[in-house]
Amino acid sequence: MNVIASRPAPQYPPHARTYRYDEIDREFLAERIAEFSDQVARRLRGELTEDEFKPLRLMNGLYLQLHAYMLRIAIPYGLLNATQLRQLALIARRWDRGFGHFTTRQNIQFNWTKLEDVPDILRALAEVDMHAIQTSGNCIRNVTTDEYAGATPDEVVDPRVYAEILRQWSTLHPEFTWLPRKFKIAITGSPNDRVAAQVHDIGVLAKRNVAGAMGFEVHAGGGLGRTPLIGRKLRDWVPEDEFLGYMEAVLRVYNALGQRDNIYKARIKILVRDLGDAFVEMVEREYATMPRDPYRLDPAIVAAIAAHFAPPPFAALNDIAPPEDPEFAAWASRSVRPHRQPGYASVTISLKPVGGIPGDASADQMEVVAALAERHSFGEIRVSHVQNLVLPHVRQDELFAVWQGLRAAGLATPNIGLISDIIACPGMDYCALATARSIPVAQRISERFADLDRQLDLGECFVNISGCINACGHHHVGHIGILGVDKRGEEVYQVTLGGSATNDAAVGELVGPAFSYDDIVDAIETIIRTHVAHRALGERFIDTYRRIGLTPFKEALYAAA
Amino acid sequence: MPLLEDGRIVDDPWVTVADDAPLPEAPTILPLARLQREAAALAGRNGPLGVALPPDVAPEAIAPLLGRLALVELTLPSFRDGRAFTQARALREHHGYTGEIRVGGHVIPDQYLALLRCGASTVVVPEGADPAVWDAARRVIGIAYQHSAAPGHPLSLLRRKLEVA
Ligand code: SF4
Repeated sequence: MNVIASRPAPQYPPHARTYRYDEIDREFLAERIAEFSDQVARRLRGELTEDEFKPLRLMNGLYLQLHAYMLRIAIPYGLLNATQLRQLALIARRWDRGFGHFTTRQNIQFNWTKLEDVPDILRALAEVDMHAIQTSGNCIRNVTTDEYAGATPDEVVDPRVYAEILRQWSTLHPEFTWLPRKFKIAITGSPNDRVAAQVHDIGVLAKRNVAGAMGFEVHAGGGLGRTPLIGRKLRDWVPEDEFLGYMEAVLRVYNALGQRDNIYKARIKILVRDLGDAFVEMVEREYATMPRDPYRLDPAIVAAIAAHFAPPPFAALNDIAPPEDPEFAAWASRSVRPHRQPGYASVTISLKPVGGIPGDASADQMEVVAALAERHSFGEIRVSHVQNLVLPHVRQDELFAVWQGLRAAGLATPNIGLISDIIACPGMDYCALATARSIPVAQRISERFADLDRQLDLGECFVNISGCINACGHHHVGHIGILGVDKRGEEVYQVTLGGSATNDAAVGELVGPAFSYDDIVDAIETIIRTHVAHRALGERFIDTYRRIGLTPFKEALYAAA
Repeated sequence: MPLLEDGRIVDDPWVTVADDAPLPEAPTILPLARLQREAAALAGRNGPLGVALPPDVAPEAIAPLLGRLALVELTLPSFRDGRAFTQARALREHHGYTGEIRVGGHVIPDQYLALLRCGASTVVVPEGADPAVWDAARRVIGIAYQHSAAPGHPLSLLRRKLEVA
């Protein structure tokens, strides 16, 4: 293990603003790998039962799936540098089948790993300061944030700083590693919620008050799954230095009182729903009585961590007009996003080619993106919560070159935010819990709507697909949500309409009886045709739906029956 | 069952007494109900007293009695059930309790270090358990990113080296 502790620090792209490990962080990771290797050895010697070993391997990201072990690797708040992405490509090639799968939690999964290879994979990750800690298990999971952090013009506070603070604080937290159930925190620093804060166990909005002081609005008890719930606001304002203390208070009430006898009622959302205002009062009481000093977030610590995320050395530029190329323009209209820095833009890379598996990237593609990031984005890459990638800081006069590079690698599908930019969970193709396939449904829908002009005409529309009630595909908050269930041995698909994961968060409404695997794509077609028939000029699907309600869709779908 | 302290098996002077059995002279761990019921009568007793606090009872319930208690025993009904971690931390932090916090039930070595950091003092380990495995488990990770309620672990946010006695 000393080999790892003493290995040289990785050579990062000089300007990439990812958190840089120091000696202590590296030593910690080496110790953690040693601990896991020992746990594997004890399991093999029979000193740990499979029942005891399971949560330990889960807390190191290792799942047993239908066909193989799946290793889920943490990409802290979706931030990667080019060196790290190249290492993921290497892992994909050496220990998987040449692919990786980016998830809605801004992580990456390798679906075909072997148990005996896992310690080596963890060591390869540690070489670039990465790990698989707490990507599963009943603990605080990888914190997620805005994929455009540090780049988007509407940002008030850089959420990466506090996401990193949360990451450190939650890493092997002694008190919160054996919670009733998994625990997911999302944080945004923009008034436009792009992290689905209201459907997380804790959703945090970082903001400033009129005096310019930093603070946090804290929501808790949101979630999807079997019982979709929108979170409750606990506090409008938690001052910066009290942030972690308040988080501790929320987690303590949950750890003490969350249900443990029924896995379907164990998430914090059930406790918050059942206790209502009393939950908020209990958190406040816990917080009022706990000692403050040990939990105070020292401004010096915040400043030290913020230094990791200082703006890269932008050139002084002006905004320019894009080149006149229709194909480029079509791509740019979906993939290019304004930047806070004049002359720059953020580029979203679609991992949703027509007929492809949403979120999949080949090792070759990862290397192409890493190289483009190095040349054009200060070596930075983000993973988005809708399973795409982002180059956050691209000069506008280099957008054309970036597009050409992406196009050559099959990464320039101009469908960001359109109907074929589908979120789909792994479903029956990989997942042991699945009741239906979800990937092939996504593939068939993207093929049906392959015509780009038609997609552009339809405008923004989010289709989310889950292969079982656990809702990893976030079907409840899709404008169109699809849930695959098993009905007497047959896969059938329930459809919900009107969900949303943004500021106006809403859980979709069930449209009626489920559709068969063969009929589901036609049903989506009918829904879209109904939207087109009723829409006002340029109206998005979700707005039409909110205006006219469920009935016209119901009638169109079930008229024949 | 063997008792573990600082990674070693130690003698256990405490006896656990059922709800209606007569009280011995030795240090005695009582069920919570009996402690509460007989609190007044027990006030005159000289020998050390302890209580078994069930996982679903907040330490607040015994706050007025803590001054009399030299030991609080917590339980993990299953190693997956982490309520005792919060109970231990609450005893130390909210109530300033300085007596022994003992943890029994289904505890695995991989939880030992975290229990210590939440303020536990001793762990009841299974018959035949190898103390070397437990001792190694509390040393395997020497770095932490959080404050700790353990008296010997003066940690603060966000990252310090741990020192194991
Ligand atoms: S929603 Fe169900 S099928 Fe899909 S990944 Fe989650 S558990 Fe598996």
